[in-house]
This record gives sequence, C-alpha cells and structure tokens, in this order.
Amino acid sequence: MSHDKTRDDKKILTPFNVISGIIILVGLVLTVLRFTKGIGAVTNLDDNNPWGLWIGFDLLCGVALAAGGYVTSAACYIFGLKRYHSAVRPAILTAFLGYVLVVFALHYDVGRPLRLPYPIFFSPGTTSLLYEVGLCVFLYLTVLFIEYSPAALEWLGLKKIRNIIVRMTLVLTIFGVILSTLHQSSLGALFMIAPSKLHPLWYSGYLPVYFFVSSIFAGLSMVIFEGSLAHRYMHHKMDETHLAESTGVALGFAKAAAFVMMGYVCIKVIGLAMDNNWHYLATGWGAWFLVELIGFVALPAFAYALAARERNLRLARWAAVWSILGLVLNRLNISLVAFNWHLPSAQRYFPSWMEIAISVFIVTVGVVVYRFITTHMPIFYEHPDYRTDH
Amino acid sequence: MEGIFYTLQDFMLHSKNITYIVMGIVLIVLPLFWRFLSGRDQKKRTY
Repeated sequence: MSHDKTRDDKKILTPFNVISGIIILVGLVLTVLRFTKGIGAVTNLDDNNPWGLWIGFDLLCGVALAAGGYVTSAACYIFGLKRYHSAVRPAILTAFLGYVLVVFALHYDVGRPLRLPYPIFFSPGTTSLLYEVGLCVFLYLTVLFIEYSPAALEWLGLKKIRNIIVRMTLVLTIFGVILSTLHQSSLGALFMIAPSKLHPLWYSGYLPVYFFVSSIFAGLSMVIFEGSLAHRYMHHKMDETHLAESTGVALGFAKAAAFVMMGYVCIKVIGLAMDNNWHYLATGWGAWFLVELIGFVALPAFAYALAARERNLRLARWAAVWSILGLVLNRLNISLVAFNWHLPSAQRYFPSWMEIAISVFIVTVGVVVYRFITTHMPIFYEHPDYRTDH
Repeated sequence: MEGIFYTLQDFMLHSKNITYIVMGIVLIVLPLFWRFLSGRDQKKRTY
C-alpha cells in the first residue's frame, strides 16, 4: 500500500464521500416522509399498479444481480474449479449486501418493519408463492451471512468460531444453491398469476425457468463487473493471488455467461413457438421484445464469446455491463413496461422522482457499506494468519 | 395473417410442429456456438 494512498484514505471530503453523503441525506428525508405520510405521499402507485419501481428494480433486479454468490461458490466448491477461489469472497459479499438491501427496500413497499417476522413465524401462508420467496430469502440471507462471516471474524480475530464456520462451507454452498434455485424461479412464477395483465411476449408458462437461467448469467456478469470496479478503485487492497487469478476469473466467467445466455435466447424462442406468439413480433411490442432479446442478450453473449475466444479482458468487462443492463431491462419490462400493457397511457405507471431517489439511496448505501467492508476486512486478500488453510 | 384454430388439438399440432423445428435448429446452433466459444482453447491431454 503506497503512502499517498494511505493519505487519500484519511481525507473526508472526497468526491465519493460528498456525493454519497448528499444522496444518503436526501434518502433519509424521503424515508421519514414515507413512514410518516404513507406510501401515497412518495409514490405514483395505485390499484392498477400496486408494484412499482421498488419491486421491479430494487427487488427483482437486486435478487437476480446478487446471484453471483451462489454461482461463484458453486463453481468453486461444488464443481471444484479452485482457480476461481479468489472471486468467492467478493461475490459472497456482493450477494449478501444485495439481499440485505432487497429486504431493506421491501420495507419501503410493505411499510410495517416491525411485522417483518410475521409471515415466517406467526402466520405463514404456505400456499402462496410470495411466502416461498419470503422464506427462501430469509433462509438464504442467513446462509449468506454465515458464508460471509469468516471475513469479519478474521478481522475481529475470533479464530475458533471462524474455523468452525469454514468447515461448514460445502454444506452452506449446497444449501445456498438449492434456496437460490427455488426463489429465483419463484420470482418469475409470481407473474404467472396475471396472464391477462402481462403482454403475451413476456408472459409464458416458462417464466420461472427464464428467471432462474437469467439469474445465472446476471450473477456471472455481476462478478466480472464488480471485479473490474474493484480493480480500478480497490487495487491497493488486493494480494498477489487475487491479482494473478482475476483475468482468468473474468474470462472463465465470460465463457460460461456466453453459453448460458445463448441457451437463454434458445429457450425464449422455444417459449415463443410453444405459445404461438410469432405474430406479436410484427407489432411495436414485438420490436421492443427483440431489442431486449437480441440487443441485450444475444449481442452481449456474442461479445462475451469473442472476449473469451480472443482473451480480451476489456471486451469481457464491457459485455458484463451490457448484460447487466439487459437483465435490468428484462425485469423492468416484465414488472412495469409490459405489465398492464392494455391500459390507456393515462392509467399507466411511471415512478415519481421520490421512488427513483429512494432506489438510488438504497444502491448508494450498498456501495458505501461494500467500500467500508472491503477497506477493513480480508475480502480481496487472504489474512496472513490463514494463508495455509486451503 | 394468423390462421384460426378451432380446437386445442389444432393449436397444439401447429405449435408443437414449429417447436420441434426450432429445437432441431437449437441442437445444431448451440454445439456450433460452443465450438466457436472454445475453438482457441488449448486442448487437454487425456492420455
């Protein structure tokens, strides 16, 4: 770590701190407004559109983009690809924070934080998909907390507990993959209750499969994207192993993402054929559907393939950003754009500036916490006391 | 112009026919894509 860098770390009024400080301040004011004046005071939600940006972006995108945790740990511990080991901790941390923020964001929508344990412990609605999603997110968040905790325990110097938890890694990974498979797909299944509201190009009996498969490449893309940002801004915190393995991680994940994305395009076309929805492709909605499927899935898949083939790290990183935008577009299309598509434009939903500001606030809180943890805890480097552990 | 289906049998017959053709294309396209993807990988010695 260089001397200049150390001095930089101690500055308080950096551009990052000032901008994130302002966003957090605005977010806190809007939070008070939401919980004192009600959901109507800060959102454009109504009876036609009870789910808005907070569900479409914070929850659906948040859960999908947090899939990097189960994908990376499954690759490393279940498939035995140990060359991706250095990516596991950053991926688990991103996933853990992602899920924490999903639950945090859900409070703004539901509005009664003290009632959070009710669906799990007091009145479980066992026939509801939402109950299954809630239970899985509750259990998986617990699993992610335990998976992440060795980094915090190493930082705190609690060797005994840390060693017990590390021995549970494989079990936790398997549990995490099962829970992720369940709730990633169930989030898609939630929309199967509304066949008359969701446009036929996006509605399908295979929605759960689409959501699960797209979460895999979203997770892979997120690991590449997060790795490229970490390289730019947290480079001084990385040890030699992390630096040496990072290119292999990005290109290996790019190759996997390319194949999964092409498979995703194929099952989407099969879905079109099964429901005989070809004629919708000639409409404006069809053009938008093709923009999503070709422009934001097939093309980035091809970019990933080229990057993996030519060993072009820069292209892999751009393809990761492209794919993440594609995933966000897909989730927003399903939950907002193509939802209630038949309603007149005056009754369509568009988020208020306060909904957008709260979403930005939640993402900013995540970035600030991520920065704090990666600055203080052994995420990008191995703690000197445990180097010989694996 | 979209044809009219009078029975579920008609609809299933039509959509399944097209789906089988699409799946045939997929079975050709995906291995080709995999070849393109891993064409420059170093071959592993298996002996």
